[in-house]
Amino acid sequence: MNTNAWLPLLVLASSLVPGLVIFMLPEKAVAWRTALNLGGAVVKIILLVLMMIGVFHGVQYEFRLPLVPGIDFVLHADALALMFVNLSAVLWLATTIYAIGYLEDSPNRSRFFGYFSLCVTTTVGLAMAGNLLTFLVFYEALTLTTYPLVVHRGTEVARKAGRSYLAYTLFGGVLVLAGTIWLYSLTGTLEFVDRGFVAGFGIDPGVLRMIFALLILGVGVKAALVPLHGWLPQAMVAPAPVSALLHAVAVVKAGAFGIVRIVYDVFGIEFAASLGVTLPLAVLAAITIIYGSTRALFQDDLKRRLAFSTVSQVSYIALGVAIAGPIATIGGLVHLVHQGFMKITLFFCAGNYAETLGVHKVSQLAGVGRRMPWTTGAFTLAAFGMIGVPPMVGFVSKWYLGLGALEVGQGWVVLVLAGSSLLNAAYFLPILRTAWFDPPPDEWPRERDFGGKETAWMLLLPPLATVAAALAWGLFASMPGTPLDWVQFIAARKYGP
Amino acid sequence: MIHDWLAGMSWMVWAIVLPLLGAVCAFLFPRRAAVIGLSGAFLTAGAALAVLLQIIMGGPRSYALGGWGAPLGIDLVADGLSALMLAMTAIVGAAVSVYARVYLASSPDKVKRFWPLWLFLWAALNGLFQAGDAFNLYVTLELLGLSAVALVALTGSGPALWGAMRYLLVSLLGSLAYLLGVALLYHAYGTVDLALLGERADGGLMLAVPLGAMIAGLLLKTGLFPFHVWLPPAHGSARAPVSALLSGLVVKASFYLLLRLWFTFVPEGQGVPLLLGSLGAAAVFWGSVQALRQKRLKLLVAYSTVAQLGYLFIAFPLAGLDPALAWGGSIYLALSHALAKGAMFLAAGSIMTQGGHDEIAELDRVVDRMPLTLAAFALSGISLAGLPPSGGFVGKWMLLQAALAQGQWFWAVVMIVGGLLTATYVFRVLGFAFTKSPHEHERHDVPPTMEWTALLLALGAVALGFVAPWALPLLDGVLP
Repeated sequence: MNTNAWLPLLVLASSLVPGLVIFMLPEKAVAWRTALNLGGAVVKIILLVLMMIGVFHGVQYEFRLPLVPGIDFVLHADALALMFVNLSAVLWLATTIYAIGYLEDSPNRSRFFGYFSLCVTTTVGLAMAGNLLTFLVFYEALTLTTYPLVVHRGTEVARKAGRSYLAYTLFGGVLVLAGTIWLYSLTGTLEFVDRGFVAGFGIDPGVLRMIFALLILGVGVKAALVPLHGWLPQAMVAPAPVSALLHAVAVVKAGAFGIVRIVYDVFGIEFAASLGVTLPLAVLAAITIIYGSTRALFQDDLKRRLAFSTVSQVSYIALGVAIAGPIATIGGLVHLVHQGFMKITLFFCAGNYAETLGVHKVSQLAGVGRRMPWTTGAFTLAAFGMIGVPPMVGFVSKWYLGLGALEVGQGWVVLVLAGSSLLNAAYFLPILRTAWFDPPPDEWPRERDFGGKETAWMLLLPPLATVAAALAWGLFASMPGTPLDWVQFIAARKYGP
Repeated sequence: MIHDWLAGMSWMVWAIVLPLLGAVCAFLFPRRAAVIGLSGAFLTAGAALAVLLQIIMGGPRSYALGGWGAPLGIDLVADGLSALMLAMTAIVGAAVSVYARVYLASSPDKVKRFWPLWLFLWAALNGLFQAGDAFNLYVTLELLGLSAVALVALTGSGPALWGAMRYLLVSLLGSLAYLLGVALLYHAYGTVDLALLGERADGGLMLAVPLGAMIAGLLLKTGLFPFHVWLPPAHGSARAPVSALLSGLVVKASFYLLLRLWFTFVPEGQGVPLLLGSLGAAAVFWGSVQALRQKRLKLLVAYSTVAQLGYLFIAFPLAGLDPALAWGGSIYLALSHALAKGAMFLAAGSIMTQGGHDEIAELDRVVDRMPLTLAAFALSGISLAGLPPSGGFVGKWMLLQAALAQGQWFWAVVMIVGGLLTATYVFRVLGFAFTKSPHEHERHDVPPTMEWTALLLALGAVALGFVAPWALPLLDGVLP
């Protein structure tokens, strides 16, 4: 078996280097910036394809560098990492195209795209982190690189949102740090291992439960578990591409991914279940699901409604993990990908309404379906996916979650899923009804002219592409090469002897 | 060949002689002070880095000045700790020199006073880091203090002079206490050579009293809580390059001396370490809370120094089980703080030059106008807060590890909460840098050199987060 150390580094560099160069570019160098952005995104995807082929042929991708005494900085591309890296890379490409169209003529684009690239770099690093310390490094770095994006607009509201964002996420980082160092002082290792590494040390279960709580609450801040979700709706003040990235890929997903890593590769799911810590996590996730959906019902601001929807939807991942059965694991992990594609579509569409018509509120959406049929079509499909209507991918996630819960005798989860689906329907269907069936107003709040077209192609193409993927993976869920296929491969490694 | 040449030269002497020569020349030819000063600075930095290389390759060295060995003559000794301190001084010193040349260009009368003083201070620092006996350490410490005070007074305005005066008194008092200790030691053991003293010292009051006096004097000079009152006015009112030197390097010199004494005599008992650690913890809280309350940027950075110095002392109560871990962490924090705080003061100086003021709430979109400077401020803030990846993180991680290995939860909590407070005051500044201020301010151009030196220095603090496995082995054999 040969080991390749350079490809993981190159994957990081493919967004880090363009990001650093973009910082140096003058504001007017649009062509250069676009070329660097898209070039980096395409190169990253090519590198990933190479790496997946390599993994298929049994090549180990691992980069190691001593960081502090006794612990290495490790980038390791295992199956789970590749899933998240792929999600980030593909959605980064879509979001970059979208952001170029969205931010046309707005100030400080070099700064924006620079941090945008750094943010993706840290997400990819977080995905490939091979031990808890490396994970922590990228987890904190993610906070720091997204902060300038949240306060990008430079208004007083943005500054306050940024402050609240930092207050939550730095607090979360501290909890992860405390858990990590505590664990290290007991085990002397932090390397992620399939089925976990803490079991064999004979550590007091009470201490392990405390460490589990520290780590999960730490990453739970970014995953927006109730009551640690307060930053997320406030961060909606950021520009739409940032919201899209924050919700679908970077921050919230980093938190959810952290939960996955900690449960499966630090503690090991079976050991965690024997400690009795998975049930509280499942209950917390269930509360978050219901709470987020309920709050979403009462939001008139479209982006805020979507934000609370994210709070709810991301916890499906935590729920799937915490049910502690192989089928539920598949449901939770696959939702990491599925929710990304659906939610990013919704945010792209919300951005399109704001950018094209100046519409920000649900109550202003009347008749928007006639003015912008393609955008509204994408929105509709993604919303159906969120509700869990077949054949959208959201149905696949919920199906596996429900089945997995029944498999291990946790019938109450099905009730939670049903209730959440009802609530999802209750806050999405009125939007769809008013968008398609109500008469449009005589004048939109702030309409921009795109020469008879619905909107700029750079704004339209990304949501259509992402929603098409979400539809295709729902229709052909059991074909080889879909996220579901890959996730089944991962799940098989997290259980067993 | 290069290897032989490098190994053959007595770089340890050059590291002291070059800045002295530079200082004299800059004093004699005031019109060319800037050129002489900058060349002297680069040469000194080169010599100091050469010492580092020598020690990496050949281990600790000593050099008898004029051929007279100790105990009669003056011995220069340099081990891994000395080398790290020399290198830290070289990096911060070179950056500050480049910055100062541009920063002071508009005030020629300051130029001719700054360079001789600064090079003199550098010579004193390099001498201190390589001095092998307690008396030479006193001499260099005194020279260091005097040149530092003169540099603070360089500003020439009322508050700075007041700050300089207080600084002078404290500095003299500290040196006197130290000298008293040296005299008592000499009386008791008949030598001032540290290595000999280490062998002869036998504990008891004969050792405790002089050591107590020396430690007290050094604490005063390091500015450990509650002896910190002189520090914020002095560091906050000096010109930016001077502040960077004072906060980054000068306080580290007395801390270094404290460590040397501690490692030489290895005092027994739990009381003193616990006291020092508690004072450190108090400094972390008091300094951070004061930094949070400041309205002016430079004072915020100065109070941050009070807090960060506190961290260094947390190693004292933690050194019992695994000394290498605790002391290594503390020293690594000191190194990172030198780079980060240097960068932060330089960045603050650029911001002040640009807007003509340093009111935090009126930063007025500095992020658009000086992105590099703000990046420097942010990166150095990351290191100070101990967020990864940075040198500050490595140091703090090691201290945390030392604390948890002994189940000393209190110290771990102090460090973690201190880090949160640090992040809070750093990001408070960054937040205001993104918003528009209600008032109009006159704007001045800032030369790119100033922006870049601050940024490079801050990047150095971040880079320290990746070189610990190579830097820390230098301390093997130095730590008790």
